[in-house]
Amino acid sequence: MKSSALVGALALLVFATFVSLSLGSKWIPLDETWRLLLQPDGSTESTVLHDLRVPRTLLCIVVGAALGVAGGLMQSLTRNPLADPGILGVNAGASVSVVLVVSLTGVSGIGFYLWFAFAGAAIASVAVYLLGSAGRSSATPVRLALAGVAISAALEAITTTIILGDQTTFNEFRFWASGSVEGRLYPVLLTILPFVVIGLVLAQLLSPALNALALGVDTGRALGVRVGQARVGTMVAITLLCGAATAAVGPIGFVGLAVPFAARMVVGSDQRWVTVLSALLGPVWLLLADVLGRIIVRPEEAPAGIIATLLGAPVFVAIVRRRRLAAL
Amino acid sequence: MTAQRPGASARPVPGRPDPGPGGAGGPGRSSGRDRHALLRVGGFSIRFDRRALVVGLVLAVVAVIAGIAGILIGDYGVGVGDVLASFAGRAADPLAQYFVLEVRLPRAVTALLVGAALGISGSIMQTVSGNPLGSPDIVGFMMGAATGALTQIILFNGGTVATAVGAIVGSLATAAVVIGLSWRSGATGIRLVLVGVGVGSMLGAVNALLIVKAPLEVAQTASQWLAGSLNSTLWPEAIMVAVAMVLLIPLLVRLSGPLAQLPLGDAVAVGVGVRPQRSRLALVIVSIALMAVATASTGPIPFVALAAPQLVRKLTRTSGVPLVGAALMGGVLVLVSDLIARRIFAPNELAVGVITGAIGGLYLVWLLIVERKRL
Repeated sequence: MKSSALVGALALLVFATFVSLSLGSKWIPLDETWRLLLQPDGSTESTVLHDLRVPRTLLCIVVGAALGVAGGLMQSLTRNPLADPGILGVNAGASVSVVLVVSLTGVSGIGFYLWFAFAGAAIASVAVYLLGSAGRSSATPVRLALAGVAISAALEAITTTIILGDQTTFNEFRFWASGSVEGRLYPVLLTILPFVVIGLVLAQLLSPALNALALGVDTGRALGVRVGQARVGTMVAITLLCGAATAAVGPIGFVGLAVPFAARMVVGSDQRWVTVLSALLGPVWLLLADVLGRIIVRPEEAPAGIIATLLGAPVFVAIVRRRRLAAL
Repeated sequence: MTAQRPGASARPVPGRPDPGPGGAGGPGRSSGRDRHALLRVGGFSIRFDRRALVVGLVLAVVAVIAGIAGILIGDYGVGVGDVLASFAGRAADPLAQYFVLEVRLPRAVTALLVGAALGISGSIMQTVSGNPLGSPDIVGFMMGAATGALTQIILFNGGTVATAVGAIVGSLATAAVVIGLSWRSGATGIRLVLVGVGVGSMLGAVNALLIVKAPLEVAQTASQWLAGSLNSTLWPEAIMVAVAMVLLIPLLVRLSGPLAQLPLGDAVAVGVGVRPQRSRLALVIVSIALMAVATASTGPIPFVALAAPQLVRKLTRTSGVPLVGAALMGGVLVLVSDLIARRIFAPNELAVGVITGAIGGLYLVWLLIVERKRL
């Protein structure tokens, strides 16, 4: 069952990759895509494919994997099915920090602001967790989600204020702020790749500990988990994944909500499998959102972040509507 | 006080903090003094809550000061004399008269009316849903109004009235969807809020798509509108909101009796002759209509509907439904936020919605910390 789910997810990823390479304002047939991929011939199609679609698709894959896995980690850490880097304000934290720094220093370039994205993501995730768990009882799913919504709303408004108040920042970040994978190519990809890989590896290494903690803190401790270490490690992984993804393409929400939810429906609650499957399905979700964005408002393009929200928000509503908003 | 069991008087009244000697309760709170004032006109007498009266008067004064400041302050310098002469219709400087009467005055009036409409709307919705977060800007109704209005602006090239109708239809449809999706023998509380947040995010994405699809010049107007802005407000917008308020407020006065009963629970409401579900429906429709017309004229201005009633409650220290106070507070919030939006990056003007969003978001965070027991 689990291995067939893995094969299915891989097949979906291959399919989505080819759809993303082939569809767009200029349609390249699949066999043609395959041929040009192996042997570029200098034609317009070949240039479009190699210079635009391939890096864009790769970026979608990396960012999708990062967001999907980060969502799964957050859900496991907070034991809350509503956790998502977008909903809980982590992406908004990263983006406000980036916009603030670029607007204050005038220096742009992802190698510079990536670090501020990490800082923003870290601060926001800690703030959400503290806010949601303020008081005696620990954070309930609902309280945490509301705290995140509040923080996101405030941070997004601040981002808008900065962007609108500063023309240069505005031009740089107009598209970035709505989550677009357009026009950010290899340099961006190469800058974030190491951090995403570290984050993914860390996520997989922490999964057994998170599984044990899902049984309760005391049981987890009895099973030999170092609770504090596991929690801090998870926070670090979340920060790396969300910070890198947001620095690359801007804040994208709901991918980290819908993908682990789907993964858990297929493979159950084993965090090791949820992480692996999220790493495969996250890219599928974001690639399809990006492709839809290219098609749905032709000849214009809608940023992938908008489509991801359009697809993901119904999943959020569906989870909320379940009779008992069960904690994980 | 009704009949008391022996010894009961020694206990604190349930649900009300006991104002100990020198404790947190202010002078207005001590149970020994009457906190009400009486106004007699002929055979009629009206009973006021003293503190609420003072708060209302202070808010009204602040609103007037902010309005005057809004007329005086700007890139084109205008003095008090110019303003008075303009009102009389014979200013020495025709440009000053134009700015005062045709630009800044309608802007201040619209800010005041839109804020009042949002404050009332939020106050009603928070009471009906029994949750401070159940206000129309949080549960997605305002986003629905924006979607309806944008559809008119972008797809049908609609005018002011068509936009308002679009906003009303859009928000009513959104409300139907949100309430329908969160219905479990009544749609109150946290489920309504979360379903509303989800539906609101989706509609936000739809709005962004509509703007991407629009022709460039329309897209610029539309995205400015979507940020919630008074920057291009003239008399037609002010008049539209005023007309809507004149039509809706008499209706609201008739519904204010049931509105006051709803927080006491359905059983009590039925006991005093209120039909709770029917009253809720009527109240929600009035609330949505007020919010939608306000949204149609300026674009969605977030967090005013959420914050105004809560702030007034804090100031008056009452637990009733603060309609008048919320209206005044809403007007003050929008007027002051607009002043900030105009001057913070002068000569560039920001959208007022950006300022209320930033301040209101932080307020919401604070609300979540302080009022976590009620959420």
